[in-house]
Amino acid sequence: MHLTGLVSYLIFFFSMAGIYAVLALGLNVQWGYTGETNIGVAGFFAIGAYATAMLTTPHSTEYFGGFNMPFIVGVLGAIVACAVIALVIGLITLKLRGDYLAIATIGIAETLRLYLTNATSVTGGVRGIAGIPQPLSKLIPGGASLTFLLLVVVTVAIVYLASQRLYRSPWVRVLRAIRSNEDAVLASGKNVLRFRIESFVVGSVVMGIAGALYATFTRFISPEAFDPIYGTFLVWVMLIAGGSGNNFGAVGGAVIIWAVWSATDYVTSLLPTAWDTRAAAMRIFLIGLLLEVILILRPQGIFPERPPKPIGGEGPPSLRTATPEDTAEEN
Amino acid sequence: MLYVVQLVVYGIVLGSIISLGAIGVSLVYGILGFSHFAHGDMMTFGAYFGFFAIATLGFPLPLALLFAVAATAILALVIDRLIYRKLRKATPIIMLISTIGVSFMLQSAAQIIWGSDNQVYQQGIVLPYKFLGLRLQPVELFIIIGSIVLVVLLHLFLHSTKIGKAMRAMADNVSLSQITGINTELVVIWTWIIAGTLAAAAGVFLAADTQLNPRIGFNLLLPIFAAAILGGIGDLYGAIIGGIIIGIVQEVSTIVIDPGYKPAVGFVIMVVMLIVRPYGIMGGKR
Repeated sequence: MHLTGLVSYLIFFFSMAGIYAVLALGLNVQWGYTGETNIGVAGFFAIGAYATAMLTTPHSTEYFGGFNMPFIVGVLGAIVACAVIALVIGLITLKLRGDYLAIATIGIAETLRLYLTNATSVTGGVRGIAGIPQPLSKLIPGGASLTFLLLVVVTVAIVYLASQRLYRSPWVRVLRAIRSNEDAVLASGKNVLRFRIESFVVGSVVMGIAGALYATFTRFISPEAFDPIYGTFLVWVMLIAGGSGNNFGAVGGAVIIWAVWSATDYVTSLLPTAWDTRAAAMRIFLIGLLLEVILILRPQGIFPERPPKPIGGEGPPSLRTATPEDTAEEN
Repeated sequence: MLYVVQLVVYGIVLGSIISLGAIGVSLVYGILGFSHFAHGDMMTFGAYFGFFAIATLGFPLPLALLFAVAATAILALVIDRLIYRKLRKATPIIMLISTIGVSFMLQSAAQIIWGSDNQVYQQGIVLPYKFLGLRLQPVELFIIIGSIVLVVLLHLFLHSTKIGKAMRAMADNVSLSQITGINTELVVIWTWIIAGTLAAAAGVFLAADTQLNPRIGFNLLLPIFAAAILGGIGDLYGAIIGGIIIGIVQEVSTIVIDPGYKPAVGFVIMVVMLIVRPYGIMGGKR
């Protein structure tokens, strides 16, 4: 009995960690590769989740949708919805300073949450959407949660491998160049705005996929689940703790921080019951403190980014970029 | 029509509060060079310090305001000393992420210390002043006058004192002011004292006008940034105009839009601004 409890807890733990890993991988494309500050991760997470829920649930009069479509259509819906919305936000904000993107993405996520809460006839309001069907639940009899964990693991693996492949592509080379020196990339004739929008859309789509997984995992979604603390802040802490720019770091950070987060739940549960309402706040405080400690002591994260070596080694000295020392020698 | 004018009056009250927050955000951005996302939660702490002074120490509202100002300025200096100072060489975006961390820490700390229930400064009903059919609570008059006094004091400080001039110089050009021998650390300290003061006043005003809870300041963060951007971030006088505009539009919008969307209205104005005139009505910093 004890063992089955542990097994089902571990299945839950890794399913959630996996969903967060997908979110962190999406954020890594935006922040890790390009340096884009999307503080509205929760927004894209919610869009993915609601799109999937509306497409896959049986017909309902409580909210818009209930199209009774298969899971894969739900995922595609999540992808399209996130891509379109990310494109619109990107076109407006990505030509401005990073700060504007940060405030605009917070604004989008918060406005969306207001909409999810208030537009009851479309989104189900605070009551949310229930009865979201789980894919492949009949594959292993009695092992629906295990099958779902496999689905999560496969998704993480696919997204991880795709991101790794992308990392060595000329496309990400330009993104990383934009992150380090936007003016230099502009000067070499690249369409910086276009690259930034592409990166923003790709990252947001990955977050939407995480939303699709989440909706089918919990089978019930409401605006509360897309609070900035759970949907955005934790993901940022995961990516920064793991190592911005490093896909392995994104996945590792997700697992480690989710473990820390779960452990704080255990620790605060030991407090007297009068402290129950304060326990949640204490967990958030500790995670915030952890973020500050990492930023101050180890900003590169646990697994720092390891950029690929330039093809063909360093090249002849004449082709290397001039460092300040070189120029000093010439003088 | 009278109803609309009444909403405009409420908008000016809300706008005064937003302006005080927006000036602080603009000041920190202009002088220290980063977006301070923990500003709303600094307001929350100001509001709770005021609550402590009223409920526990039995201070009247004006005295509680002074108490909150002093306590919040100290809080701002402590946060700077413990966290922001250690990140002074980091990029503005890393600073921004750090301020988000501080925001969540402050918000949860407020919840741990004071609990998450709604609290009020003053029990019971106070009769409003009536003028030409318009209503104004005494506390709302206090908010408007208090905000004007603070803005005038800030203007005098920035233009007549040596440290105020140094602050304006540093907002203009950091390296140039260091060369001319301006003590930049002292400027940083004064920036936090002023930002803390304005945040505390905004928090106390907000709590006196409505109800107090740990999210009170965070919920106003979006309108505050919208006001700062509308006025051109870094421009203090732009921030005041931006704040008043956002306040009035948010209140008046309740005629046509579900009040549930009120917080989003300021944001929508900001998005329109970003498309039409990205650097604010007053020009502002790029």
